[in-house]
Amino acid sequence: MVENISRPVVRVQGLSKRVMSPEGELVLLRDLNLEINNGEAVAIVGASGSGKSTLLGILAGLDVPTEGKVWLDNDELFALDEDGRAALRQSMVGFIFQSFQLLPNLTALENVMLPLELAGAAQVEPQAREMLARVGLAERLHHYPKQLSGGEQQRVAIARAFVVRPKILFADEPTGNLDSTTGERIIELLFEMNREQGATIVLVTHDDALARRCSRSLRIDAGQLVAQPLTEAL
Amino acid sequence: MSRQLAATVRMSWRMLRRDWRAGELRVLSLALVIAVASVTSVGFFTDRVRLALENQANTLLGGDLVIISDSVLPAQLSSDATALGLQYSTSVEFPSMVMSGDRSQLSSVKAVEHPYPLHGELRIASERFAPDRGVASVPVPGTVWVDVQLLDQLAVNVGDRLMLGEAEFSIVAILTHEPARASGQLFSIAPRVLLNLEDLERTALITPASRVRHRMLFAGDVTAVAAFRALVEPDLQAGERIEGIEEARPEVRSALDRARRFLGLAAMVSVLLAGVAVATSSQRFIRRHLDSCAVMRCVGGSQQQILSIFMLQMLWLGLLAGAVGCLIGFAAQYVLVEIVGSLADFALPTPSMLPVLFGLLTGLVTQFGFALPPLLHLKNVPSLRVLRRELGALPTRSLSTYGLGFVVLAALIVWQAGDLKLGFYVLAGIVGALVLLAGVAFLLLKGLAAFRHHLFAEWRFGVTHLIRRPLSSVAQVIAFGLGIMVLLLFSVIRDDLLQAWGNSLPADAPNRFLINIQPDQVAPLTAFFEAEGITAPDLFPMIRARLLEINGESVLPNNYENARAQRLMERQFNLSWAEDMQTDNRLTSGQWWSASDEEPQFSVEEGLAKTLGIAIGETLTFTIEGQRVSAKVTSLRSVEWDSFRANFFVIASPGLLEPFPASYMTGFYLPAAEYQILDKMVRQFPNITVIDIAAVMAQVRRIIERVTLAVEYVFLFTLIAGLLVMYSAIYATLDERIRESVILRTLGAGRRRLLNAVIAEFITLGALAGMVAALAASLLGYLLATHLFQLEYHFNGWVWGLGIIGGGVGIGLAGVLGTRKVVNYPPMQALRES
Repeated sequence: MVENISRPVVRVQGLSKRVMSPEGELVLLRDLNLEINNGEAVAIVGASGSGKSTLLGILAGLDVPTEGKVWLDNDELFALDEDGRAALRQSMVGFIFQSFQLLPNLTALENVMLPLELAGAAQVEPQAREMLARVGLAERLHHYPKQLSGGEQQRVAIARAFVVRPKILFADEPTGNLDSTTGERIIELLFEMNREQGATIVLVTHDDALARRCSRSLRIDAGQLVAQPLTEAL
Repeated sequence: MSRQLAATVRMSWRMLRRDWRAGELRVLSLALVIAVASVTSVGFFTDRVRLALENQANTLLGGDLVIISDSVLPAQLSSDATALGLQYSTSVEFPSMVMSGDRSQLSSVKAVEHPYPLHGELRIASERFAPDRGVASVPVPGTVWVDVQLLDQLAVNVGDRLMLGEAEFSIVAILTHEPARASGQLFSIAPRVLLNLEDLERTALITPASRVRHRMLFAGDVTAVAAFRALVEPDLQAGERIEGIEEARPEVRSALDRARRFLGLAAMVSVLLAGVAVATSSQRFIRRHLDSCAVMRCVGGSQQQILSIFMLQMLWLGLLAGAVGCLIGFAAQYVLVEIVGSLADFALPTPSMLPVLFGLLTGLVTQFGFALPPLLHLKNVPSLRVLRRELGALPTRSLSTYGLGFVVLAALIVWQAGDLKLGFYVLAGIVGALVLLAGVAFLLLKGLAAFRHHLFAEWRFGVTHLIRRPLSSVAQVIAFGLGIMVLLLFSVIRDDLLQAWGNSLPADAPNRFLINIQPDQVAPLTAFFEAEGITAPDLFPMIRARLLEINGESVLPNNYENARAQRLMERQFNLSWAEDMQTDNRLTSGQWWSASDEEPQFSVEEGLAKTLGIAIGETLTFTIEGQRVSAKVTSLRSVEWDSFRANFFVIASPGLLEPFPASYMTGFYLPAAEYQILDKMVRQFPNITVIDIAAVMAQVRRIIERVTLAVEYVFLFTLIAGLLVMYSAIYATLDERIRESVILRTLGAGRRRLLNAVIAEFITLGALAGMVAALAASLLGYLLATHLFQLEYHFNGWVWGLGIIGGGVGIGLAGVLGTRKVVNYPPMQALRES
């Protein structure tokens, strides 16, 4: 089921982030305004240190801005406290990280079960098993992260992100730690899962191939959006 | 809300199982299990030893409890005792003249009923000074057992007859030992005549005007005895008093007191070590879960939820490890009892269940004390850590991290010690040692820095590694130093302390006392000793006096609430005078007099001064033979009552008491085989009374021996805990070492080279730690010996050799074994994990 494609699911207004450094104030993001519509796949690109990951962290409510507002769906993110933002993430956000961020002491299955368990969901294990089968790891359920290859670990991370059926999926350099062949497979899987669930994807990447798969790219330079060129539609 | 709670509880349990399976909890749970096991086994064991020692001491009292009265004791007492399942035995004691032919002698008559005594035994001999034997009976009606002095004084022998009041008795045995008499009546002068209670009426000696002591002994289960005491004590009438083991002989009490301190110390150090091991391993656990925490926050866990999950996880772990530890502790103390039982005649009563409670509580309290601050920190781990790993790192070992743990540990130590002073000393010692260890370790590291260029390549590498991270190195030296210090304290210094204790009761400690020596007999008696080839002992003058006034205010027994004070005031004091202080006394305040002092002065034993509220500078007035004698108190002394040497509560400066008639007393050691000398002495000096305390001494010596043995075994657990501390200290740095080693190996360092560097680093660490540990152990041993156990302490050079060489080799070996994973870890796997 795909909802009305024109409704913005992420809205950013006047967003700035400044931090104090020994050399004085450092501007990470400067007065950003943007909208991302439901079902879109948006790549945030830019050089290292341009502020891409800072923007992603703020959009996901992991970090707080110095100024400006962010709405996820219709909820104003920073009107909520930390636990309120965590609850919002629980209900609508999925994550994929460059360094996978799997819990080393949990098996693949348990890593996927974790967000459902935290949400107090029922029928946790069957859902997690099904999702792991979906990413091709039905045979690796009881392996610990250190027993899996990088590509397999990222598949577990994808399963963990999609098992909660998120409205928005944030991904930080999802292929950054993988070789190009594995990276391509992961990209394929990511978009395939996205098609099935109809989620909105916001990802940070250096990978041109990945950026090209997105409906549009947002380029950031020195904390500012420099252009929003539309790439070919998905 | 409750659904949410139930979900959190389920989640915490699942996380515990997952962490366990993943091997995350092994060191922490091992630390907890060993902590609880050592504390409970020590608890169970000391509990049983304590009960056994009290039973031992009770044999000196003759029962668990005795009620003493001037008049016939109410029948209610025996029915109360029966109702509580206690055994009891009545006796009546009074002074009376005994006659045989034309001779008569004042004696202390005691009429007893079977069974008597309830604990310990009567010992009798069939002829003068012959070897004696224990008996489980009392004299049959018509017969008496008497002290050997009475035979001499009446010029009779076993088999002869004597008259007591209107009744005639046959002397069938010589009484050599009587437990209840040993208790508090060492100096009862008149010789004993023991008869059956049934014969008492026949003597017609008990009249309303007689000075009679009625005694009732009680014995039975500890709780029943306590219940009985609580029941009857409030209803005691004037002239009635109750005595338990606490009020028994000072020398036994003093031995027991030391015993408890030794065992308490052993148990306490286990608590401390356990705490350190738990602290190190729970820090590691939390450190490793920072990422998990951030991920959980990221996927929607609330702060409260995540904190609850980890808290509950710690709780389950504490309870489970506690339960396992209690079981192991319970089993271990049975093994201990078996070992001790096979080496000594040591019947231990069943332990109470209190150690289980203490063990569980110790586990939980230690765990939460040390884990709570870092656990609470988990709440502050920002979810952004998933993107920026440097955020929300655990603060380095700071006061706030360990502060709560140390406060909790301090409270536990004081509780376990059951003695504020002991707890305080050990705590002060630990804090002092920590500061000292840190300071000295820092200086030593500085010294090493200057020296390192003279070292071989790999040694230089290992030592440089230590120098580059001074804080972490100092922390490790402290951890190892603490472990080694405890090991030294409990091996070398413990032996020194125990030996010093054993020496406080030397093999030639006096076992016979002579009293009633007349002034004109002092010279002939000294000559008699010399003629028999025995070094003549010091003879002390003794004058009976009653304390009238303190600082001009008259004092009466009723002025005091304390039972001991009342009893002291009811009795006459034995005063003595001397130019010099006895060598085994120690001045605790004031000054001993000098020959030039003209003012008369008193020196008072500090315990007595405390009981009666006497301070330096106050004037004491005694009455002697109807005359008042006053002098100022100018010094207080401590006296080793368990040394068995003659000692006096109050000693006067020369000149004050000489005008009054005095008798003399002395104590000396007589080997058992030479008992005939006594026979000869009594014939030459018939008025002198000989008191044989060999049996009481043997009792105290046995207590010392058994406690020494018990401490040896209790020490095993402390040893295990000490080793665990070092293991956990090594383990705590494992993650960091693996990361470093991987980087070095990636850069081309060979495994052998890395291994040598690790060996060099650990040997250096161990030697440094050993050095500071030896210093700390020597100081702590000195403090414990002189301030707590009142023993003479000699510094032991072995501590240094053992500390430095043992520390270097031991830590070097343990370090390499513990971190061999570092050099064998596949670099790719480490890189992937990080």
